[in-house]
Amino acid sequence: METALPLIFVTIMGLSLLLYVILDGYDLGVGLLLPLGSDREKDIMIASIGPFWDANETWIVMGIGVLLIAFPSAHGIILTKLYLPATIMLLGLILRGVAFDFRVKAGDSKKEMWNRIFFIGSLVASMAQGWMLGSYITGLNGSLTNTVFSILIAFCLPALYCVLGATWLLIKTEGDLFAKAVGWARKSVLPMAIGLFLVSIATPLVSDVIAERWFQLPNFIGLMPIPIASAIALGLLTILLRRDVDRLRELNPWYLFICPVIVCLMAALGLAYSIFPDIIIGQMTIWESAAHTSALMFTFYGVCIALPCIVLYTIFIYRVFAGKATALSYD
Amino acid sequence: MEFDPFVLSRIQFALNISFHILFPTITIGLGYFLLFFRIRYTLTKDPHWEFIYSFWVKVFALTFALGVVTGIVMSFQFGTNWPGFMEEVGNIAGPLLGYEVLTAFFLEASFLGIMLFGRQRVSNRLHLIATSIVTIGTTLSAFWILSLNSWMQTPTGYTYENGVMIAESWSAVIFNPSFPYRFAHMMVASLLTASFLVAGVSAWRMLKGVGGPATMKVLRIGMIAAAILTPTQMFIGDLHGLNTLKHQPAKVAAMEGIWETQKGAPLTLFGFPDEELRTTRSAIKVPKLGSLILTHEWDGELKGLNDFNGQHPPVAPVFWSFRIMVGVGMMMLLVSWACCWQIWRKGSINRFSQRVLFAMTFSGWVAVLAGWYVTEIGRQPWMVSGLVTTAEVVADHPPGILITTLAAYFAMYAFLLVSYIGAVFYMSSKPAKSLIHMHNYGLPGKHPEDRAYSPIEDPVAKAADSNRSSINQTSINQTAGS
Repeated sequence: METALPLIFVTIMGLSLLLYVILDGYDLGVGLLLPLGSDREKDIMIASIGPFWDANETWIVMGIGVLLIAFPSAHGIILTKLYLPATIMLLGLILRGVAFDFRVKAGDSKKEMWNRIFFIGSLVASMAQGWMLGSYITGLNGSLTNTVFSILIAFCLPALYCVLGATWLLIKTEGDLFAKAVGWARKSVLPMAIGLFLVSIATPLVSDVIAERWFQLPNFIGLMPIPIASAIALGLLTILLRRDVDRLRELNPWYLFICPVIVCLMAALGLAYSIFPDIIIGQMTIWESAAHTSALMFTFYGVCIALPCIVLYTIFIYRVFAGKATALSYD
Repeated sequence: MEFDPFVLSRIQFALNISFHILFPTITIGLGYFLLFFRIRYTLTKDPHWEFIYSFWVKVFALTFALGVVTGIVMSFQFGTNWPGFMEEVGNIAGPLLGYEVLTAFFLEASFLGIMLFGRQRVSNRLHLIATSIVTIGTTLSAFWILSLNSWMQTPTGYTYENGVMIAESWSAVIFNPSFPYRFAHMMVASLLTASFLVAGVSAWRMLKGVGGPATMKVLRIGMIAAAILTPTQMFIGDLHGLNTLKHQPAKVAAMEGIWETQKGAPLTLFGFPDEELRTTRSAIKVPKLGSLILTHEWDGELKGLNDFNGQHPPVAPVFWSFRIMVGVGMMMLLVSWACCWQIWRKGSINRFSQRVLFAMTFSGWVAVLAGWYVTEIGRQPWMVSGLVTTAEVVADHPPGILITTLAAYFAMYAFLLVSYIGAVFYMSSKPAKSLIHMHNYGLPGKHPEDRAYSPIEDPVAKAADSNRSSINQTSINQTAGS
């Protein structure tokens, strides 16, 4: 159990963060796209994420929580090093989260201001997340190349979120907004693809550890499915989006949404392979930083009971609010 | 000027947690009120309960959002500012926080969607269940976090293995000696905060002439709840105090401003604690009462601050916070009983009482913050009583960065607090749905749905009556659209 528990928890942490990127990714993406919609469309866009955003955001608490519970010393080091971007991200998430409610509750005269705050919060949070991811991959030391790399990711992550947000809107909207969302998706795929490509190239260049793990035979061949699957997903998305809007309306929109999800999944797998078995690249392994077995075991019981329940009721909530979004109503 | 990173980190943490606690305090208590409104509606089918629910669920949603986003900050702060905390006691604190996320956060956040926006999509039964689940979720969240906090105050159930602290008995960790008292104290504090919030907002609506028949219903419930809860809270507070005396005597000595160990200690009502002179200046004292309250004996012995070898908390903040908390509690008792008396005699409350209630809308916040300052500052210099000091676990950030982030948080929170209070009163300034309902169906009592309601004879209701003609279709649409 002593060897297995850290593995189990690092898996849960990875899955939580992946889920966060996908789920809050589409929320943040919708936030990033918000200024492009008309006034009425903005309401629908918000309505499309309304019942979900809160639970979506909880996945980052879960991810960071597992880091804190299972790998306390790594949690301390990582978050101390990422102090500035983490704080900026938190400020962004705060703004985004409250703007959601204030825009309809603080009065019509202030709605425009809160819409703008919603956008700014989403942008700040997603860029800060990119920055954090960048510094984390490069081993948390602030050399010039690493900083440039982090900035690069800070610009790429919002593009990914835009694609997630736009394809989510394809699921939840109809009419003119649907057509607009198709346009947004088309425009954001390319920046996302370029970003992804650059990041994949740059990662082994800035990190020797990662380069070593990838570029040795036969591992390299074994790892090929990861970039290939990403390329296929991206290609499929591009081809599907080229279709006429009216033909797209007949297509099950989940096919479009699933494409960026696959990209995220593959990126996560690639990242996991790059980092494993470290928790801080080149410095600390998951076993070195793991909490005491008694603490992990006690939490593990809770996870075994609670996690399946969480998954079940999350599915239930998504089913209750399935279908095209209508303006949110408390009645 | 030199800034100490330790002091800055403490200020930042205090700022974050003080701002955060404001919102869960309301949602924990307001959840039970909403549940009550919902159950009343389900049982009576009286539309007024539906109006009340639909108004307060919006306040709940806004408050909840603020609680969630400020709570996320907390989960990061442990690592960003107090990395040593998790390294020292992570094996105990970690799982407790983990259980909070697993059992409470997801539950609340997921079912909140149904509670807020699901009334058209699910049955009334399921909606009622969702409301209950969210309410239970907020309470579970309080359970775990208060368990952790209480453990930091009165650690039990731990042992050391190769120099690492681990749990020996999880039930001893979770149900540590101060936990039952602190949990009960906080739950009642939340309910009281919500009581005064609903009563205060209702009073304001009546003053503005936008309150309907349902408004008085809410005010009444708020005041009855407060009238029962305030004495309950004082009783629990007393028990909590006794428990603190047993486990953290230094905190009690600071609360009471007792410097020398003595038998039959007086109760200091007022005064200025001076740590340099080791005395409380211009103190107003009641002989022997201190011992009587704390030990329930006239000649009980109380340990003084001078006997803790400097290992005691800063006296003045604890001393003052305690008096503020008790003072607000006394006010609450007075106001709630006076209002209940009026409601009992006249079925309504006068304008003066309405103004007082409006002024006390957020009085629960003052008491809760003051109470937390007593217990948290009172724990110093320890992070975990007797085991880990706060200074041991702080992160070593450059003061410049800390000042910047502190300023950013401060600006953000000031802006949010103003926006929040502004939004609550903006929402309340719209004519009550029950008023519009009355407007649409003529005089109260005419419509079959109004039978459950008996009209209130007071100037405010009359003013509202005469205002009715001025409530045009636009305002009705506004309310309906919100």
